Amino acid sequence: MMCPNQCTPKEKLLQRINEVSFAVNDILLYLDTHPCCQEALAFYQECAAERRKLMKEYAQCYGPLTVDDALETDGSTWKWMEQPFPWEQEGGCR
Amino acid sequence: MWNYEKRLQYPVNIKTPNAKIAQYILSQYGGPDGEIGASLRYLSQRFTMPNRMAAAVLNDIGTEELAHLEMVSTIVHQLTRDLSMEEIEKSGFGPYYIDHTVGVWPQAAGGVPFNACEFQSKGDPITDLFENLAAEQKARSTYDNILRVVRDIPEIADPIKFLRAREIVHFQRFGEALRSIQEELDAKNFYAFNPSFDNPCTASCKTACQKS
Repeated sequence: MMCPNQCTPKEKLLQRINEVSFAVNDILLYLDTHPCCQEALAFYQECAAERRKLMKEYAQCYGPLTVDDALETDGSTWKWMEQPFPWEQEGGCR
Repeated sequence: MWNYEKRLQYPVNIKTPNAKIAQYILSQYGGPDGEIGASLRYLSQRFTMPNRMAAAVLNDIGTEELAHLEMVSTIVHQLTRDLSMEEIEKSGFGPYYIDHTVGVWPQAAGGVPFNACEFQSKGDPITDLFENLAAEQKARSTYDNILRVVRDIPEIADPIKFLRAREIVHFQRFGEALRSIQEELDAKNFYAFNPSFDNPCTASCKTACQKS
């Protein structure tokens, strides 16, 4: 996918979050029209649990991706604001 | 209510600016078949859906479209952020630059500003869902047109391919939502009445598994 061999552990973890979150997004729409599908329900459960775990892990290591995890690292400063926006490439808001 | 995540639905990492392509892709932000129109269309229409399945599909696809408009605007931002004055003038980006510098503003590739007339909210679920099926196909065609231009630039083509694929999934889900409503209507004439306005809600809010 986006980052081949030279990506950092942080990038790898974000990529894993993107993948598992996509699985959640996609199965969510499927379940909206197939609410009784047991296979889809099990798949949702598996992906959603993995996503929760990875989101928490990311927040603890690198800072929060959602405001719910804002205080996972430490509460001394407001880490949510300090996290870069996803369109930035070089830091410094660029 | 929405909850923001500081990540893109699919990563965008464009290193080489290109003003001409930015202006093309801007159309999928604020153009006639762009993501702003898609999101507003579904999030507006969901209030008059007569069953829970259709409302859920509109709500959740409308939400995903918000993530898509963030991806498209990221592509435009990254394609325009290091432009030289020479590139701006040479590429035909000059008129946009005069009004917006390199800020992201919703317009079509041809310069027409975003307008709510790009979509309807008709208050009739059959009418609205047919519009949505067409809208997903029109957006897919636009992504196909963009891909013919950017196919040799993987850093642009890659996220565009992702967005194109989602149009196809959304088309499928809207088709299923439409069927769920039609199954609860008179099969001889789906347009005999507007199920959201003329009749009390005959469509059930129970899921198929609850009914059986």
